Amino acid sequence: MRDRTLWTWHIGAGVVILVLLGLHMAIMHLGSTLGISGSEPTAWESVAARAGSLFFTTTYVLLLGAALYHGFYGLRNILLELNPGPGLRRTIDVGLSVVGLALFAFGTWAALAAPGAATTMGG
Amino acid sequence: MESRPHPNRLGIRGWVGGGRWGFERYLYTLHRLTGLALLAYFAMHIFVTSARALGPGAWEQAMGAVSGPLFQVGEYLVFAAFAFHAVNGIRLAILELGFAVGRPIEPVYPYQTSVGRQRRLARAVLMIAAVIALWGGLDFFVLG
Repeated sequence: MRDRTLWTWHIGAGVVILVLLGLHMAIMHLGSTLGISGSEPTAWESVAARAGSLFFTTTYVLLLGAALYHGFYGLRNILLELNPGPGLRRTIDVGLSVVGLALFAFGTWAALAAPGAATTMGG
Repeated sequence: MESRPHPNRLGIRGWVGGGRWGFERYLYTLHRLTGLALLAYFAMHIFVTSARALGPGAWEQAMGAVSGPLFQVGEYLVFAAFAFHAVNGIRLAILELGFAVGRPIEPVYPYQTSVGRQRRLARAVLMIAAVIALWGGLDFFVLG
């Protein structure tokens, strides 16, 4: 894929992160000043309630994908700036892709399995 | 026109020296450092929060492992890093789209640079990030 396309996706992912991570930060860390704090956001009841919400599950997976792409593409740019040879460049491309995809698969499993855990184990 | 790669002779040392780019170069360095720190935190965050898929016992255990004042300060630093990285990222996108750099001018001596025109935006970024960081500090350490 051409670098310009990858870079455009990087910027697009940044916009998605800005919105969704901003929302995540507001809910998790700015609840007191924004007046949106019901119960403690990391208490199991709150976690189970969010896990059972289609909105939160969808946005978690979207944020996961966008943040991993944005982060690993940024890391790739930093590494490629150090002028690696073609073999090492290929290793960086494949290695970062594999790690990024593995983290995405694991994080998506957690997001999709959480509603089941919440309903069967006291959520 | 085909672009040719050019050697990056300074490597990571180039992050430290601002050279004639000055202030904006240090924002570039800070953007990279915060980006790398956020990526490292995010990878750990995925593992820690995946405990919710195993039920309330595993979740409480995971939260117990990352609680305490040291983790609270660390979490706040992540919040502050996000505030800077996000606001500075908006500045970079604005500049990349060609805004806030001034109109093109003829290259007549004494040459002028657009860096001076960007400086107001750079200062605004730092101020907005500082306000968000202070806001977070209020929630993290005073009201939270």
